[in-house]
Amino acid sequence: MKYVDEYRDGKVARQIAAAIAQAADPSRSYHFMEFCGGHTHAISRYGLEDLLPSNVRMVHGPGCPVCVLPVGRIDMAIRLAQRPEVTLCTYGDLMRVPGSHGTSLLRAKAAGADIRMVYSTLDAVAIAEAEPTREVVFFAIGFETTTPPTALAIKLAAAKRLSNFSVFCNHVLTPPAIRGILEHPDLAGQPGPRLDGFIGPAHVSAVIGADAFAEFARDFAKPVVVAGFEPLDVMQSILMLVQQVNDGRHVVENQYIRAVTPEGNRIAQAEVAAIFELRDSFEWRGFGRVPASGLQLREAYAAFDAERRFAMAEISAADNPACDCGAILRGIKRPTDCKLFGTLCTPETPMGSCMVSSEGACAAHWTYGRFRDHARRAVA
Amino acid sequence: MCLAIPAEVVELLPEQMARVSLDGVSKVVSVALVEGVAVGDYVVVHVGFALTRIDPDEAKQTLALLAEMGQSAEAAR
Ligand code: SF4
Repeated sequence: MKYVDEYRDGKVARQIAAAIAQAADPSRSYHFMEFCGGHTHAISRYGLEDLLPSNVRMVHGPGCPVCVLPVGRIDMAIRLAQRPEVTLCTYGDLMRVPGSHGTSLLRAKAAGADIRMVYSTLDAVAIAEAEPTREVVFFAIGFETTTPPTALAIKLAAAKRLSNFSVFCNHVLTPPAIRGILEHPDLAGQPGPRLDGFIGPAHVSAVIGADAFAEFARDFAKPVVVAGFEPLDVMQSILMLVQQVNDGRHVVENQYIRAVTPEGNRIAQAEVAAIFELRDSFEWRGFGRVPASGLQLREAYAAFDAERRFAMAEISAADNPACDCGAILRGIKRPTDCKLFGTLCTPETPMGSCMVSSEGACAAHWTYGRFRDHARRAVA
Repeated sequence: MCLAIPAEVVELLPEQMARVSLDGVSKVVSVALVEGVAVGDYVVVHVGFALTRIDPDEAKQTLALLAEMGQSAEAAR
């Protein structure tokens, strides 16, 4: 596949690994957080950690929208879907995320709720148009990449004067989450992750621009390298981070120049700004309420806001106490630190959100990493 | 759910839609978010929308840099 296969060459990956090993100072250690689940997936899938010298470690970050959505918002969606007049449309990944008491959208659907999986926001608008007697609600989640499609769906529904379409908005922003990790490393009294730099999100940066991360490089003296999702992209970015640390530099560098510009996608930014505004705060799984980190519909589009239209009550529910998702999302624990990993919690029977989406740290480790653990144990 | 893939634009359709080809699989996506998309362009597709265009020159440069990095690591061994 063009623009994919060329960035997966195993020989070049090993050569870059050799360059990283040469560059890494043996007297120090390097801890880099990959913010994005897409990078977590690439690192696990291609076994990139095995290519790195032992003093260069990757820490998984919170960058999977399915993983950071708190239980309460899932409960709210389930309650909404149970209303007889409502058709809830959602991306497939959300179907199996556990709500409170072992519920999920999938279970609610099996019990009779009208819940439909869609590929695109435009499919949800088409359903509303085709079925005017149903209240069609799109359950919207995602970072800056999925928000522009939601904005365009609302704009389209408004242009078509659809009175039976609305959006349950759960869109969140990447920069406040990074700030949350850096500013509050000891939330819940636990020590925060040690971080020497970040691999910046790929497609989020395509929308908001690589410059959006300059504040972290500057205010927290952390190097940031915006990276593509293919294995060579990630390896090159790790080398660039090691070099910045060695040189005592901390700037934003862009490895993914083929898709990301400093200023991002202005059209997408304008569409989002026209429809959405900041919420004062929004709850993230593992982080609690994060100020100015989520979006809601502007007053002018209140008619399309499911929370207002159905007077949806805010539900705040506790995570399953045995699940370590919160600590994993903040980079404090690894999947194998969780007692439920691979026993009670697997992709078929997920107990926590990190096991649901393929970009979640637990799912990525379950699918690609656990055999490596076995091999290591066998060798030891 | 953030995984997005480069796809080739094979046909422009009305209402800012386009047919793209993903390794031979054809799909109709919205190109409303990317300015001036043309047939033959590669775009990154995510949840049914093109998010950004892939710049072929920059893509080539990245590959050249990767190859160079690999060679210099080899030479230093
Ligand atoms: S293994 Fe399952 S229960 Fe444990 S942290 Fe991961 S998702 Fe949560």
